[in-house]
Amino acid sequence: MSRSRKRAPQPRVGALQPEPRHAGPLNVDNLLADRKVRIIVCCGSGGVGKTTTSAALALRAAEQGRKVVVLTIDPARRLAQSMGIEALDNSPRPVQGINDAAGGELEAMMLDMKRTFDEVVQSQASPEKAQQILDNPFYIAVSSSFAGTQEYMAMEKLGQLDKDAQKSGRWDLIVVDTPPSRSALDFLDAPERLSSFLDGRFMRLLLAPAKGPARLMTAGFGMVTRALTTIIGAQVLQDMSAFVSAFDTLFGGFRARAQRTFELLQADGTAFLVIAAPERDAMREAAYFVDRLSQEDMPLAGLVINRTSDLAEADTAPLSANTAMAAYEKLHQPGADSYEKLAGGLLRLHADKMQAVTREHDLIDRFATAHPDVPRAKIRALATDVHDLDGLRQVGALLADQPE
Amino acid sequence: MPAPVTQLFPGVQLHIVTGKGGTGKTTVAASLAIALAADGGDVLLCEVEGRQGFAQLFDVPPLPYEERLIARGTGDAGDVYALAIDAESALMEYLDMYYRLGRAGKALDRFGVIEFATTIAPGVRDVLLTGKVYEAARRNRRNKDAREYDAIVLDAPPTGRIAQFLNVNNELAGLAKMGPIKAQADTVTELIRSPQCAIHLTTVLEEMPVQETIDGIHEMQRTGLPVGGVFINLVRPQDLGDNERALLLNDKVDNQQLSKTLDSVGIATTPAIVATLISEGRDHAERRELEDSQRALIAELDVPSLELPRLPGGVEYEGLYDLAAILREGGIR
Repeated sequence: MSRSRKRAPQPRVGALQPEPRHAGPLNVDNLLADRKVRIIVCCGSGGVGKTTTSAALALRAAEQGRKVVVLTIDPARRLAQSMGIEALDNSPRPVQGINDAAGGELEAMMLDMKRTFDEVVQSQASPEKAQQILDNPFYIAVSSSFAGTQEYMAMEKLGQLDKDAQKSGRWDLIVVDTPPSRSALDFLDAPERLSSFLDGRFMRLLLAPAKGPARLMTAGFGMVTRALTTIIGAQVLQDMSAFVSAFDTLFGGFRARAQRTFELLQADGTAFLVIAAPERDAMREAAYFVDRLSQEDMPLAGLVINRTSDLAEADTAPLSANTAMAAYEKLHQPGADSYEKLAGGLLRLHADKMQAVTREHDLIDRFATAHPDVPRAKIRALATDVHDLDGLRQVGALLADQPE
Repeated sequence: MPAPVTQLFPGVQLHIVTGKGGTGKTTVAASLAIALAADGGDVLLCEVEGRQGFAQLFDVPPLPYEERLIARGTGDAGDVYALAIDAESALMEYLDMYYRLGRAGKALDRFGVIEFATTIAPGVRDVLLTGKVYEAARRNRRNKDAREYDAIVLDAPPTGRIAQFLNVNNELAGLAKMGPIKAQADTVTELIRSPQCAIHLTTVLEEMPVQETIDGIHEMQRTGLPVGGVFINLVRPQDLGDNERALLLNDKVDNQQLSKTLDSVGIATTPAIVATLISEGRDHAERRELEDSQRALIAELDVPSLELPRLPGGVEYEGLYDLAAILREGGIR
């Protein structure tokens, strides 16, 4: 058969594959107005403005009539102050100064990771047993510093807020900021990592002493325990073993909770916004994240590109970087008068800006080529930092105002 | 001949670079390494967060757990090597170097102990990562034929996690009261707290990163970690003088006169062009005011600081050498 494979090429009729669907711009106001959307998760790598974007979205939603709670992880001090959440008490507080003409409300809270973890333990175990766990040195270390605890607890808190919202009707929209992780993917992976650890063979190894000597007899276990004792010391093993046996009955509960949160993230009422800055690393991270969300069947609403260099008036870019630079060179001479200095400086700034705009457009185009079906919105960089409700309103307005 | 520049961090062998996310830690670490190599010494660049930041910056394939030449020095300059450290490989190497575990090592992996130790056991991961950096800085006979470096630059976790990352000792103390991991953590801490180490912070002239820098420095000083310098990154160009900025901020620009000046150098101005230039200029002047106030806060810290400009095209490979040259002028050698 393979000999006669060679054939004249078939005439091509129509496109070989369907054209990818090109998404229009991300329409944030439609998203916020959609009452079916109950949870918006803002994620992205560190330093891209996730917290500001989530707060701006929450404020805009509230001023358009929704009852909103925003869960922030690590807001700038002045922003936290202006929202009235600088005190860490791990429960939502009303934000003062919003425009409630449309009947909306805004509450905000800052995540206290350790306290959230403690509360989960307390809700799952008898007071006596809970105390035993809370006092264990291994638990203290895990709950305050395990690399994924913050991510895990952010998701745990989201689950609690959602349950509360469903039961009491206190909120109809939850906006979640995600922790400033090494990688934007951490918060998706942390719950899974923790529950797989709890399920793992290593746990069984640690539980073995509590469950009878028979299992210890196998050569593998003996060798491993000896090696472990050598490396981390007997004391740590004892603490861990005590923790594990005290925690044993809670594991099922933790696993079930992690699973529920994961399902909540996949549910129809959830929308993910991936936040990025127009920088190579942040855009690459955003692309990874978009792919990952689609693999996990998580509903992606769009990509928000923060702090772009775009001009305020979208259609006025008649002056190219090269023209501006050439004119600048002529003006940049010794003995230039005040207006020559001013004009020269402005041209130079404009040239830099146009260059940045071009570079950012290239980055965004590259993303768009690979992900044509992801709606996008850009937020032009503001001249000053955002640390009050007016600033948040301005960010929200820029986000909502996307050219068609 | 220009006056010789005084060396900013004499006697420092290990440079640790931290900073808030998005402030350009990786770029600063890479240009710092190039600047340090310029006098002929070999420099090792380490990353510990699995981001492959150096591979991307230097445009080479992803780096393995192995020291790879990443920038060959030209002329008298030394070479820059890079190493991506991951906790799993570091643990396996450590076990191999010190315990020759053989079958037990494999068993550890099978029982999920390696995964446990590197992802879940608090602090252990950090000891493994910093432990490998220590090993590169203090090569001993267990690692035969290994290259010795004149300087090591570590692209460290962000400011929010740095004290925890480096000060692993205290945290482990409660957990591992004895045993090799504790001993390992202690030796690493000794190097990190010594005058041979400097911890630098990168920032940009914006409120939150600067606040984080200030808090970070105070925390390091409190915990006895050696603070190096502040690298102020992405500084805006200084093309507009005080007078020009005052005109813009006070809305005192005479549009006609500006338009005439622009026309004189061949720009066909329209009211829209003039308005765009003025509005860009005003935004810039506002930002500069903010930058100045943030710069003043950094100056109060009494810590050496160096400024690196914002490169309008973004930092590509060649840009690193421009930044390195600026660092050398500032006393990095």
